[in-house]
Amino acid sequence: MNPKRVGRRRFLKEGPVLAAGLAVGSIPILSARSQTPEAEPPARSSASRNSYGERSRFEDYSLRRLGGQQKSDYGFRNPLQDQTGIITPVPLHFILNHDRSLQFLPNDPPDLDPKQHRLLIHGLVDRPLMFSLDDLKRLPSVSRFHFVECNANGNPTGPYGEPRRAVTATAQDTHGLTSCSLWTGVPLPLLLEKAGVQKSATWIMAEGAEAPKHFKSIPIGKAMDDCLVVYGQNGEAVRPEQGYPMRLLVPGYEGINSVKWLRRIKLVDEPYMGRSESSIYPSFRVDGKSRWFQFEIGPKSVITRPSGGQQLSGPGFYEISGLAWSGGGVIRRVEVSTDGGRTWKDAQLQDPIARKAHTRFVFPWEWNGEEATLQSRCTDERNMVQPTKEDIAKLFGVNVDYFVTGANQINHFNAIQPWKISSGGSVTNALFL
Amino acid sequence: MRCFSKLLALFIVLTVCAACWAQAPNSDRYKGVGRAATPEEIKAWDISIGISGKELPPGSGTAMDGAKIYAMKCAVCHGPGGEGGIGSRLVGGEGTLTSAKPVKTIGSYWPFATTVYDFINRAMPTGQRGSLVPAEIYALTAFILYKNGIIKESDVLDAKSLPKVQMPNRNGFIPVRVEDIPDIQKRGCQIGNCP
Repeated sequence: MNPKRVGRRRFLKEGPVLAAGLAVGSIPILSARSQTPEAEPPARSSASRNSYGERSRFEDYSLRRLGGQQKSDYGFRNPLQDQTGIITPVPLHFILNHDRSLQFLPNDPPDLDPKQHRLLIHGLVDRPLMFSLDDLKRLPSVSRFHFVECNANGNPTGPYGEPRRAVTATAQDTHGLTSCSLWTGVPLPLLLEKAGVQKSATWIMAEGAEAPKHFKSIPIGKAMDDCLVVYGQNGEAVRPEQGYPMRLLVPGYEGINSVKWLRRIKLVDEPYMGRSESSIYPSFRVDGKSRWFQFEIGPKSVITRPSGGQQLSGPGFYEISGLAWSGGGVIRRVEVSTDGGRTWKDAQLQDPIARKAHTRFVFPWEWNGEEATLQSRCTDERNMVQPTKEDIAKLFGVNVDYFVTGANQINHFNAIQPWKISSGGSVTNALFL
Repeated sequence: MRCFSKLLALFIVLTVCAACWAQAPNSDRYKGVGRAATPEEIKAWDISIGISGKELPPGSGTAMDGAKIYAMKCAVCHGPGGEGGIGSRLVGGEGTLTSAKPVKTIGSYWPFATTVYDFINRAMPTGQRGSLVPAEIYALTAFILYKNGIIKESDVLDAKSLPKVQMPNRNGFIPVRVEDIPDIQKRGCQIGNCP
């Protein structure tokens, strides 16, 4: 039998019991002595428990492809609209691998034995070194909140643009290729200094241990700044889909730099120009030229509640809640508009507020039951302000229609995201309304 | 006075030593963690081929040699002539980059011929990675470049000739000079907005 159906039936049956329980508080105290305790809630069946723990059977959000399709897409998207705070639960971290056979079988990452796995640091160094996972765990560690985001997150154009532009799109469809974790590991500069970086080294090349050995070139300035080699994610070992037993974490840079299943770092004097960095990831422009090596993710935000696909139950108070992030550093400010962008007011930023991490913002709102458009815009510590789609079009030298009709994927599309509330309370994607 | 200068000298020496000790390079810190990598280990893992081609192995191949290997190992995914299938399109698209529907292939888009060798070597064919020897990879690279009209069918590709192949779209990237890439000023970028 379908467990979900059982769940619904049970809910219907027990609903009134719960409602009676909730109503107790409002019953006058005098009659309280005649009340008997409510019936015990049913226990979870032991079959649904294991020693690692599982969520309630009433929660069914999950990773999905764009628009919920089975059709090929970049990867598996994170249901941002179903989350609270800033941490992405590890099983919901978006998945995108730089190889088709992995990309289409998300549960099939390399099965790496942490006892056998090694990290090699070599090239333009004084002392080529080999580290085991145990070695890394002996070194001074740090734990930092950082987002990882695919550079195509939010792309409205090209073959995968249509479901993102659709009025039915959810926040998962529009922004689900970003996730935020508390990453634990060793600062990369510590490892590089231990190997002794030579003066001629201007780039690092980081490579994974998976079958097609994805790699990425990263300027030495970034490598010696805030990069980490991480083995921990949200308090447990990095998951296989996320690079177990260790991955590179390049804060604020497009996700392709954070090489999973990290096994080799080579210090070099030029970018290696692999297939991904030289021929897949460059941003294509209308004049036929391409900008390669776009590093930092720009300031971006999205309201996750209320957001596409959700339903307001009626007029009255709602807390608007969402996420903001920037590869440029800390989020300084988020403003919210509930009138289609005519007026903006400051939202409240909730702790923890960390550099290059998702930041939760909240904004109190009284819905009068009329049509409304909700949107958020953020500003980072460098005073970079999240643009409108019109701003981006101007920067690209195109008409806004290009984002609908264009054949090319737009990377780093960080436009302000509007959600339209109908008078009936339904919430839809209004990016191209 | 002499005594004072001796003391001063001693003080300076001690101070310098203390500073040295306090700023001991990380190479001397964290003793016993990690170990030296052997030349054999590095050789076994270092598969990267950069744009200068200095890492390219001995061996050579032509498009004629490559046609046979391609038919056997690549055509099933990439189509008999590189026109694409479940695998990406490898051939054609020249002149389309400024059109409404740009076709980005190795021939029309990729800036470096060395990248073709590197990618076949590390990632192809799916399911049988690591099965191709250098001569086969040179031959397949030659076949793909020949089908794109970049080299002649009889041209021999090897460690010397491959890096010299000029790809048609080499200057289609911004910034053109590889050494300008890390320089935000020269790139004219705003963070996250690099049109």
